[in-house]
Amino acid sequence: MQALYAQLLVGLINGSFYALLSLGLAVIFGMLNIINFAHGALYMMGAFCAYFLLSLTGIGYWWALLIAPILVGIFGMILERTMLQWLAGLDHLYGLLLTFGIALIVQGVFQNYFGSSGLPYAIPDYPQIGDWRGLQGGMNLGFMFLPVYRGWVVIFSLVVCIATWYLIEKTRLGANLRAATENPTLVRAFGINVPRMITLTYGLGVGLAALAGVLSAPINQVRPLMGADLIIVVFAVVVIGGMGSIMGSIITGFALGVIEGLTKYFYPEASNTVVFVLMVLVLLIKPTGLTGRAA
Amino acid sequence: MSALTDDTLPVTPRAMRDEMIVFAAMAVLLGLVPLTGIYPFFVMQALCFALLACAFNVLIGYGGLLSFGHAMFLGTAGYCTAHALKVWGVSPELGILVGIAGAAALSVVTGFISIRRQGIYFSMITLALSQLLFFIYLQAPFTHGEDGIQGIPQGYLFGIFNLAKPTVLYYVVLAGFLGGFLLIYRTINSPFGEVLKAIRENEPRAISLGYKTDQYKLLAFILSGTLAGFAGSLKVFVAQNASLTDVHWTMSGEIVLMTLVGGLGTVFGPVVGAFVIIAMQQYLAGFGQWVTVIQGVIFVACVLTFRRGVIGEIAHYFRRSL
Repeated sequence: MQALYAQLLVGLINGSFYALLSLGLAVIFGMLNIINFAHGALYMMGAFCAYFLLSLTGIGYWWALLIAPILVGIFGMILERTMLQWLAGLDHLYGLLLTFGIALIVQGVFQNYFGSSGLPYAIPDYPQIGDWRGLQGGMNLGFMFLPVYRGWVVIFSLVVCIATWYLIEKTRLGANLRAATENPTLVRAFGINVPRMITLTYGLGVGLAALAGVLSAPINQVRPLMGADLIIVVFAVVVIGGMGSIMGSIITGFALGVIEGLTKYFYPEASNTVVFVLMVLVLLIKPTGLTGRAA
Repeated sequence: MSALTDDTLPVTPRAMRDEMIVFAAMAVLLGLVPLTGIYPFFVMQALCFALLACAFNVLIGYGGLLSFGHAMFLGTAGYCTAHALKVWGVSPELGILVGIAGAAALSVVTGFISIRRQGIYFSMITLALSQLLFFIYLQAPFTHGEDGIQGIPQGYLFGIFNLAKPTVLYYVVLAGFLGGFLLIYRTINSPFGEVLKAIRENEPRAISLGYKTDQYKLLAFILSGTLAGFAGSLKVFVAQNASLTDVHWTMSGEIVLMTLVGGLGTVFGPVVGAFVIIAMQQYLAGFGQWVTVIQGVIFVACVLTFRRGVIGEIAHYFRRSL
């Protein structure tokens, strides 16, 4: 039973990364109509950003959670202004190809300097208040032993997901954003700066990827190719979920992480492939995906 | 949405004549390669990838479908051929047939699943399916995991041609490439090819004209996957191994890059693109990981400034279809 709970927890953590990444993809897809193939590379940059902040300037995990997404987000906005912008109006396959090229460049550069092996990033041991030693150690829940950091990842990413959902679905900014997705020309006529909004949206989506990268650094180590294979699983998650709604991305992400975890417990041989097999099943039954609108 | 390719020129008798002249020139030039001092292994490898890229181009250039998982056909056919040759000890021609059959069966299944979504979803599904296959081949016993199938006997084609001799092997691969190329050329200039182009330009209109577009797309997918498998089978004789790198999704990216560099939707573009990329990998091998970065830069440059590709730009300049 202990092992089952442990795999469930691992599944929830992977699910948090799937949710954060597919959420970012959905936000970007909504505004730019581009499937951001560079998402995995930007996730990796987030993790490396946290690593550099710690090793070069001594800035720790808590500040990295804030600074890394901002820095990578700015990098993303520069990408949008210098390259992606020029693809507006072209077939969206070109966006996929361009971002794929960007991913190759970013991953190649990091691989040149850091090889393929992982760099360790320690779990923060502060604030130390009484018995509480930051996110290190664990607590006994009675039925299982919960490493504090893992619980933190699940709760924190859930909060970020809900906050993003609230921002897009419930605020005035989000309403403008959704309107601009439907009819950019009309929204522009109301005096809203749509190009700037697109740039900021890309920055937000990229920032979410970088945040996921920082969160995963202490668990998965910091590796140049950490995002390369993950992104394909996230694409499968996106196909299953359908990217029709923000909430759909979040729920599908977490659910698939859990299903993957359960597979690892009951039939480990299939744990790498279960998400893809599910994708095939969903496509056969409901081609538009679980929450999707027609393409 | 603008069209994927620069296809404003109609197919005229002049265009057909131009293309036949270029084809003849290409066949003669490639036929003369063994007489020059060029390393035949390099050209054979490039020919396999050229056929692969041409097969891929049927989908993207004429059907508007960007498959990001074509490596799965290359790898599957490679494993089938290699297994048949090494374990079952069949003759080369049977080995190639086994490889083609494997790729064809795979393309029927994957095509049926992936054409259910369009555009970028289609791309993501093909990518995910090829990654699914990658994990299956990683764990399946007959592929020998990370080691791959090595030391494959080349044998005598039809009991006559000794494939262990580089020159004989070269002409066999060249014949395979030219045959595959002509088949593709015939297909895209047939009524079937015209319907594919119509679907690429405006699918709802093609449907309203009474075409069952899903069937056409599925047929194109099967044709493309099967021919890609043929390229994979030929490659086994050249490389004498079948390994996981051929199934990994980075290989699919390279196929896309070859076609993009040469020119999406042009007849000869994929061939030129394959030669450019293979030559680059051959001569830049000393730069290690920087090759990935260079490939990325080429991707970005092509998409931003050079969307027609080498052959596309030439054809556009001379206002000819190539």
